[in-house]
Amino acid sequence: MNLSEFLRHKMPVMAAAALLCGIYVQVFAQAPAGAAPATPPPTPKAAGPIDLTGYWVSVITEDWRFRMVTPARGDYASIPITPEALKIADQWNPAKDTAAGEQCKSYGAPALMRLPTRLHITWQDDNTLKVETDAGQQTRLLHFGEWKAPGGPATWQGDSVASWETPRPRGGRARAGTPPAPAKTGDLKVFTTHLRAGYLRKNGVPYSANAELTEYWDINTHHDGSKWIVVTSNVHDPMYLQEDWITALHFRKEPDGSKWDTTPCSATW
Amino acid sequence: MTMSEFKRASIGRGLLILAMGLSATMAFAQVDLAGNWAVREGQDFQERGPGPDPVDYTGLPINEEGRAKALSYTASILSMRERQCLYYIPPYLVIGPFPIKMWEESDPDTGRAVAWKIGGIIDRDVLTIYMDGRPHPPDYAPHTFAGFTTGEWDGDTLNTYTTHFKAGYLRRNGVPTSDKATMTAHFMRHGDFLTVSVEIEDPVYLTEPDVVTHVYVLDAKTDIRPTPAPCTPAAEVPRLHGDGLVPHLFPGKNPAIDEFATRYNLPRETALGGAETMYPEYRKKLQANYKPPEKCVRYCCGWEGQGAQNTLTNCINRGAPANAEQEKGRF
Repeated sequence: MNLSEFLRHKMPVMAAAALLCGIYVQVFAQAPAGAAPATPPPTPKAAGPIDLTGYWVSVITEDWRFRMVTPARGDYASIPITPEALKIADQWNPAKDTAAGEQCKSYGAPALMRLPTRLHITWQDDNTLKVETDAGQQTRLLHFGEWKAPGGPATWQGDSVASWETPRPRGGRARAGTPPAPAKTGDLKVFTTHLRAGYLRKNGVPYSANAELTEYWDINTHHDGSKWIVVTSNVHDPMYLQEDWITALHFRKEPDGSKWDTTPCSATW
Repeated sequence: MTMSEFKRASIGRGLLILAMGLSATMAFAQVDLAGNWAVREGQDFQERGPGPDPVDYTGLPINEEGRAKALSYTASILSMRERQCLYYIPPYLVIGPFPIKMWEESDPDTGRAVAWKIGGIIDRDVLTIYMDGRPHPPDYAPHTFAGFTTGEWDGDTLNTYTTHFKAGYLRRNGVPTSDKATMTAHFMRHGDFLTVSVEIEDPVYLTEPDVVTHVYVLDAKTDIRPTPAPCTPAAEVPRLHGDGLVPHLFPGKNPAIDEFATRYNLPRETALGGAETMYPEYRKKLQANYKPPEKCVRYCCGWEGQGAQNTLTNCINRGAPANAEQEKGRF
């Protein structure tokens, strides 16, 4: 058999065999033989399909004049507020907020991620992702698993329950008792409640204590190789919003924390 | 070839096709992006709705050349026949106000996706995202309004890359993009939300990529046609028709250069943008002298929501006295 005949007749069979072997290995290699004891599932930290840890900076390319500076009293564009919310926002009094020790009203979870800020994201433990901001020095704790809220007074950052969302596996299934291999792509879903009432925007647009925040955190790799977090945010608050306030934000990864610059909450700036 | 050789070769090829099909299915998990996706103007309402103020370049990483070209812009340029359609390049997806329709086109024999399509609207052309691995054309190939786009799945995210689109605009107040610009987009579906994050690179007018993110909501009632009416240039302003007049502003003569800066109590240099204005530390430059405007003067209630039941009449009358009745219910 010459080379041409070999390529024409044998090569497809060999290539097919190699590919099918590869698939078998991919699907079944982790399945133990017999009735071996079940392996415990990986912790949320170990199972994370994306790595959110590190320092990230918000890049303010949208809604610039609402985010980089404090807008005028009465400037509520883009937020679908109710007439009741309008009345409250029109009474915005930052001096009164400061005197009452409520400078952080615009740093609650529904507004925090829109601030010009850096994020420092770390694992507090195997089940808790910690998100710190230098703007306002806030800390969000995103709890995975069967976490139960401790109760007590509502807080600016509320109670956040987190879960990984991964693509539905296709093309085969693992044997019983074998945990699925950790996914390599996916996103983080976060649902936050029990919030202390605050402001969606620095100029007093309110959200109520009954507001609910749902977020989806994705990571993209850009054409230049940089990593970006994209957070899709949905604020649900029938008391002050005519419909859900849906936005998206982006943060670029930084090599280290050298630009981290903590600033306290401010009611005016 | 003998009959037995033919059989062996056929079986081998059959196994190869089966194996490739299986491995491809496992490698490319994907989510269905098909549907009508409605706009929610919960951010950048003015930018995407009524349009940005003249000389508001805040948050844009433009270089000196981009700034100079933007300052020479006058809206009358769009009345020239040959320039009436310049806005409708691919980045208009995320800077314009319109919903999008997406669907997949597959090979009738294999069922494999050949392309995803994003329908045009009004004047923007249909965007075809080739999924079959074909290469981008060479640099010298013609540039079109839609450009040339390829895509691939990374898990449930569709990543796309667009080249070969015409020179146009990055912001609807004349900030330019060149025909060297490219667009990378990431389509991420979460239930009924579709988040589209776009990065525009332009070696001619930008110092770093411009990143814009937009959220759409699945809405079967949003009426979008797959193919738009074409952008048809027409003589809209008689004085611009046929006499060779080219609308322009000379360097240093833009009459609106301080309009946005004055309205919002910002320094002129801030309004003129640049990458520096995109980062948190830029606030330190503003903090000492900045005071918010006394009151909102227009678009104050902005977007009230798609299904708004209450029109904020008091806000409208306060914020936009000149055209309150006309804009009632929208602004």
